[in-house]
Parts: sequence; C-alpha cells; structure tokens
Amino acid sequence: MSTGEIRRVIIIGAGQAGGETAQRLRQGGFEGEITLIGEEPAAPYQRPPLSKAYLKGDLDIDRLMLRPASMYAEERIALLTKTRAVWIDRANRKVRVEGGRELPYDALVLATGAKPRKLPLVGADLEGVYLFRTAADVDRVREKFVSGAKLIVIGAGYIGLEVAAVARQLGLNVTVIETAVRPLARVTSPEVAGFFLDEHTRQGVRFVLGGQPALIKGSDRVAGVALTDGSELPADLVIAGIGVTPDIAIAEQCGLTVNNGIVTDRQCRTSDPNIFAIGDCAARPMVHYNGQIVRLESVHNAVEGAKIVAATLTGGKEHTEEAPWFWSDQYDLKLQIAGLFHGYDRVVFRGVMADRAFAAFYYKGDKLIAVDAVNRPAEYLGAKMLIQTGRTLPPNLLEDMSRPMKELVASAR
Amino acid sequence: MPKITYIESNGKEHVVDAPVGQTVMEAAVKHAVPGIDADCGGACACATCHVYVDPEWLSKTGEQNSMEQSMLDFANDVEDNSRLSCQIKVSAELDGLVVRLPKSQH
Repeated sequence: MSTGEIRRVIIIGAGQAGGETAQRLRQGGFEGEITLIGEEPAAPYQRPPLSKAYLKGDLDIDRLMLRPASMYAEERIALLTKTRAVWIDRANRKVRVEGGRELPYDALVLATGAKPRKLPLVGADLEGVYLFRTAADVDRVREKFVSGAKLIVIGAGYIGLEVAAVARQLGLNVTVIETAVRPLARVTSPEVAGFFLDEHTRQGVRFVLGGQPALIKGSDRVAGVALTDGSELPADLVIAGIGVTPDIAIAEQCGLTVNNGIVTDRQCRTSDPNIFAIGDCAARPMVHYNGQIVRLESVHNAVEGAKIVAATLTGGKEHTEEAPWFWSDQYDLKLQIAGLFHGYDRVVFRGVMADRAFAAFYYKGDKLIAVDAVNRPAEYLGAKMLIQTGRTLPPNLLEDMSRPMKELVASAR
Repeated sequence: MPKITYIESNGKEHVVDAPVGQTVMEAAVKHAVPGIDADCGGACACATCHVYVDPEWLSKTGEQNSMEQSMLDFANDVEDNSRLSCQIKVSAELDGLVVRLPKSQH
C-alpha cells in the first residue's frame, strides 16, 4: 500500500492512542481527511492522573486534555465525540456509527482501548460502587471522597493502590481486599510488592489479602462487602480495580485476528492490511523481547503505537521503538518501571527499601529484562537505556552503590 | 497571561500564552510546539521535555530538583542551563521567558 492512495484515515477510539495518532499524522505532513471517533463526551485526555492528581483534586479536566479542544478543528481533525462505531465493512472499507451513518476509509486505526472489569457480584450495580476508567467515573467518586468516609477498594493492582493512597491522604478509612496473597501480584516481584504493602499499612490502609468478596451489601446504596469466609466489612463506597479487558468487539465483528487483544505485526498492522490496532486493545511483537506478542496497558504503548502508525501512513522515518515504561505515584513514592519483568529468574537490589529509595533489577539468565525503581530515577532511566540497546550489567556491579548509575551504564556491554 | 518563547533547534520561534500555574511543558504541548514530546504528561517519568533556559532567566526559573537532575543525567546534549520543562511552573515573573529546544528528545 503506497501512501499516495491514503486520503481518508478513520481512528476509532479517542483516548491517548487515538488522539496522539491524529496529531502525529498531521505533524508528519498527512494532508488527507482524519476522523477521530470517541464514545466519551470529551476530547482525548490523559488517563493516568485520574487515579492520582485528578482524584485528589490537584488537577482539573482542562489540564488532562492532550490538546485544547479547539485544536482539532484548526488541524482539520473531525472529532466525533459521544459517537460509537458499531460496524466495520472491510470489503467496502466503511465504518458505520450508531445512528446508521457510514464513513469511508482508506486506512483505519483501531484504538478502542479497554473496559474495566465489573465486579461479578450481586450488588455490583448498587449506588456507591464505582469503576475507574473515565474522567466521568472519577467525577462521581470525587464528591464522596471526604474525610472519615469508609472506602473499600477491591483489587490491589496499581489503580487500587493509587486510589488507596489518595484516599488516605484525604483522610478516608481505607480497606483493600485482594484475592491474591499479596498486592501487585500480576505486575511486580514479591519483594517490591512487600515494600508497597508495608508502606500502605504504615499509612493506615487495612488489607484483606487472600480475601474473596461474595456480595456487595446494601438496599438502595452500598453498605458493605461480605466475604466468602462469612465476614463483613462496612463501606460508604466501593471502588473496583480488578483489571480491564481489551475492547475488541468491533474487531471480532469484522473478523480480524484476535487473541487477548487485536493481534498486529510490528507496524501495528492487523490481519487486514488496511486496518491498524494500537494501545490497550492491541497485542504486538515486542522488539526487545524476542518478538514475543504482548498486550500492554500503558501510556508508553499508546504513544508508541501512534508514532508507529503515523510513520507508516505518512511514509516517514521508521520509528525506533522504546523499551516499555510505566509509572505509579503513591504518597511521596514515585515508582518508575522499564521493561517487562515476566519470566525473570533473579532480582538484584540497588539501595535499600528502608531508605524508600531503591531499585529492583530483574534478570533472565544474564540478561537485564526490567527494573522497578522507587524514588530512583537514574536507575530507572539507566536500565531503560540498557534494555533498549540490548545491553546488560553484571548483577554484582549494580549492587555497588559507590559507583554512580551513569558510570555503570556507560561501562555496560 | 505570561508569554513564553520556544525556539526550535532550527531556529523557528513559537510564542505562546502560558497560563499561570501550569508548567512550561504544558503550555508548549497545548500549542503543539514541535520538539517537546512530554509523553508522560508531566509526571517526571519520561525525560522528553528537555529545554535550555535562556541564561538571563535562570535565576527566575529556579534550580533543578534532585529527581529532575537524575533524569537529565541521561538525556542527550545536557548543558548547565538544561531543565525538564514539566518541572518549571509558569508565574507572572516568567513573562517573556525564552527557552531553546534540543535537536531530539530521544
């Protein structure tokens, strides 16, 4: 497909991945039509602050916006908000939106994102039970986030722990229920999880680990959570942070290859060469991890997909992929993560947890594959650079705090 | 509203109205100034909003904080007047600020 043939690009999904794609197409000199279709009422905005500064009230919605709403018209990007794409006709290259209107495309980008899992429990629809994905979700929660209120967070992943941290800072009583025996079980090592458990406990969060919620109690609104062991915890509000599922309905409808996300090649191309998929909804071969196909839920991945697709569609310079990165803010702790830790067989620490500034380096054999850095930006960036360039460092060197990270990275092979 | 001038590495200037209380990074991104990526949105997680503060403004923009310093340690072409623009808050005092952008943020 030569770029000359592409006059009309449709992007389904107006989150960060979709919004960035539209902007980067224009920055890359694409002159054709761009239509950006999103279900939410707002122009594309950043989601990470929703469970952090936005929930706390430190940022208003304008500051979450990727670009001012007025910029879409200036850049000739047709932004269709509150609009749901319902059907893709691949043979005729058309997208149908709710209401029946059909829009033709030459290239289509699926950036449909992910949907938060609902609690599979009786009472999950009660007033006072919240999911966490959109600004509107958080707006509903925020007015209830008052000192003394009893909050139960179900799920001790990053969202759950970030919400718990904000809630404690605002003076709520917080209990976190997690079915696994430790928090962050899916996303980090037992050691780093233990550090965050201790930190939250010290900040006054109560944990029920290995706890199985049985039902949400309440008549007109939530009153508490009953566990399968028969215990009951009272609650004024319940927030579920039990993960997301990729929004692949429209990809399945039109018969694209799907396997825990819309499967793409390195150029983010799906099984239909005219359709790309990026962001939370897509799974792509990871260049730094032997081409393993992974679906990532992160800003890095959203932006990366946008850069790759924009470069492909504008015929620009091929984008050099970054190592995956991620961050989480809890209290005064900044956790910065680079790489993918799954499959590690050894973890090495630089610095000590008691100082609240340390980094955990994950190795597979002698290869450095990931880092979790807490208040240690140099270790984070250094490791990210190593992973990106396929270099590694002997673990014993990393443990030597007398040598600065920058010097170690420069010596790496 | 304070005005900030961003100068790309090719010399192209962008003069932007920057609301007080936001950051020098945010004002650039909201006006699509090329050369400031700011992928993380100002969380001090990506080091892609590197700028050079015009020397005469250094006293007003303040010092690098320690997290910023560590991040900049790994950025390209760092100079004494390098800052992460997500860490500079816009104030009335910064009206007229001039920052220059590096060739690349990566």
